[in-house]
Amino acid sequence: MGFRHKDIIALKDLTKQEIELLLDTADNLSEINQRDIKKVPTLRGKTVINLFYEASTRTRTSFEIAAKRLSADAVNITASTSSVVKGETLSDTAANILAMKPDIIVMRHSVSGAHEYLAKRVSCSVINAGDGAHEHPSQGLLDMLTMRQKFGKLAGLKVAIVGDITHSRVARSNIYGLTTMGAQVFLAGPPTMMPPGIERLGNVTVCKDMREAVDQADVVMMLRIQLERQGKTLLPSMREYSRYFGLNPAVLALAKKDAIVMHPGPINRGVELASSVADCDQSAILKQVENGVAVRMAMLYHVCGGEPVE
Amino acid sequence: MNLLIKGGRVIDPSQGIDETMDVLIADGVILELGQGLTAPEGTPTIDASGLLVTPGLIDMHVHLRDPGLEYKEDIATGSRAAAAGGFTSVACMPNTSPVIDNKAVACYVVNKAKSEALVNVFPVGSITKGSKGDSLAEMGDLKEAGCVAVSDDGKPVCNSELMRRALEYAKGVGITVISHSEDLALVGEGVMNEGFVSTELGLKGIPWAAEDIAVAREVYLAEFAAAPVHIAHISTAGSARIIRNAKARGVKVTCETAPHYFTLTDDAVRGYNTNAKMNPPLRGESDVAAMKAALADGTIDAIATDHAPHHPDEKDVEFNVALNGIVGLETSLPLSLKLVEEGVLDLKGLVSVMSCNPAKILGIDRGTLRVGAVGDVTVIDPGKEWQVEADKLESKSKNSPFLGWKMKGKAAYTVVKGQVVYQA
Repeated sequence: MGFRHKDIIALKDLTKQEIELLLDTADNLSEINQRDIKKVPTLRGKTVINLFYEASTRTRTSFEIAAKRLSADAVNITASTSSVVKGETLSDTAANILAMKPDIIVMRHSVSGAHEYLAKRVSCSVINAGDGAHEHPSQGLLDMLTMRQKFGKLAGLKVAIVGDITHSRVARSNIYGLTTMGAQVFLAGPPTMMPPGIERLGNVTVCKDMREAVDQADVVMMLRIQLERQGKTLLPSMREYSRYFGLNPAVLALAKKDAIVMHPGPINRGVELASSVADCDQSAILKQVENGVAVRMAMLYHVCGGEPVE
Repeated sequence: MNLLIKGGRVIDPSQGIDETMDVLIADGVILELGQGLTAPEGTPTIDASGLLVTPGLIDMHVHLRDPGLEYKEDIATGSRAAAAGGFTSVACMPNTSPVIDNKAVACYVVNKAKSEALVNVFPVGSITKGSKGDSLAEMGDLKEAGCVAVSDDGKPVCNSELMRRALEYAKGVGITVISHSEDLALVGEGVMNEGFVSTELGLKGIPWAAEDIAVAREVYLAEFAAAPVHIAHISTAGSARIIRNAKARGVKVTCETAPHYFTLTDDAVRGYNTNAKMNPPLRGESDVAAMKAALADGTIDAIATDHAPHHPDEKDVEFNVALNGIVGLETSLPLSLKLVEEGVLDLKGLVSVMSCNPAKILGIDRGTLRVGAVGDVTVIDPGKEWQVEADKLESKSKNSPFLGWKMKGKAAYTVVKGQVVYQA
């Protein structure tokens, strides 16, 4: 079975088979990243534009490396250095980029739905590297790859996601992907950060107490608290947040013995994650970053019409 | 102008009429209602058999964008859209550029309408200077210039003390105050209704409480000041409940809703559809049901479109960036007629909310076919089936969530002062 989508905008749109295909491909391609010479000619002659309207180090670098390891030509455009500052519309920017005949636009944008908007207007592929509080499919996929590598499967896993669910595109992509794959998601966070109807997005249970979510969990995923965004009215202080919703060794002890700790990064040490937890053996945070490259290689490969990799 | 409208089903709640008869207009004024009327040789005649004949419909809440924003709409095109939608009168909101906050701008609208508009255009002045919410506009002057109401529409008067004084002062002047009721702090950066759909789309939500709280404030201020207030475009079950209760205890509050609030839910936003972005936002199913219930029991006095034309450059963009509002003049009548089909309103009730009540609220001598009244008449073909197409809309702007919809019911003739200004 091939991959039939021109774009990857949301994990909500992908079937179990499609997610499995992407994860299988990523597993196979990850071997390239271990080689001495980390480059294959698979996407030679293809042009990938990384169009980033929001600051990002990890995701942009990861997509760039993924493209280069597949021999595609990758060009980075960031909002601060492009004509965006002169007030060009997304539609015009897209048209101008398209005139240069790219094969794939990888975009990050602060507005939810910006990719759906873009994909309707360009003939090349669009990959979502994060849109507002909507989805972040490459993160969801690399998270699932990390879990699958550890546990051999996704079905039946108990995954706790803790933090600001309202503003988290990572949470949404994980909820969709994990539900599709048969895992159970338990959410915890202050009520000011829990959006209405979130339990209807998938196989989701909302917990009042973080310990309830973490109890017997296979995976504990902590979300970044963004001080600049949530500081105003949602929380009294980072200190209090940390007391109730930060992961420390005592709370982690409630999870299964072989549970892993995940975080999309960048982490706030001492806020959502105690340093000792971030650096402990159970932490899979750097494995996530490593898997990010392989997953993004798989995404680039399949939107270009790549067949399943044996 | 003289006109004889023959054999239509005349529905005029102002006189309790619902029967087949003729309407004769002479010199722009209703001369006679009755069976088998005859007119002098050469009088234009409309055969209205099988059609409804009603007092000219009134849309008490439109944005004509003139002066200043003519690239979206102007008085001429807006009035053509009104005529095509069956409206003989519109009240246009003051959020133009400059704002209609003084006699000069109001006179500009009145004079331009006189020379270019197909229908009656009644300007609404602002409550506060520049609609900035700091100090009262010269309401007396505005009324003298022809304004029928004052409103800072597009935003609330945040300062409660100032709103209290506005209601008191306007009562003295004898001009209607229209409140855009919204708690801006609760709205925050919200771009759609807060609910399951906003969660799914990852868009910032606007809670219903932002409207309800503001409506409640206006009700209490009106009660305290013993002055009337009209609430624009209500969209929530809570607003309807608050106004229903207020009316029951004698508060002089009236309100309007728009066709989209009893037709669409926030589901219409899916796909990040910017033509489903407006303020207040489309709400949930229970709110839609509450709008219908409030129309049925008379809590809602008027249907008004909040016709808000925008250029494609302002709508064909990312959802957060898109401006609020949709055009409504040409789709209001069929969407409202649907309420009759659904049994929410009878035809008299429909004509009340689309003509008689708006006239009363604004204090204009319209909304009736009484002998001696201005000859504004809408002749409606309730069975006419048609499809909404962008290039057939008279409005300069095409930002409608109803494009492509199959509609039933349309104005067959729109008659202003005895003159046919639109014929289907």
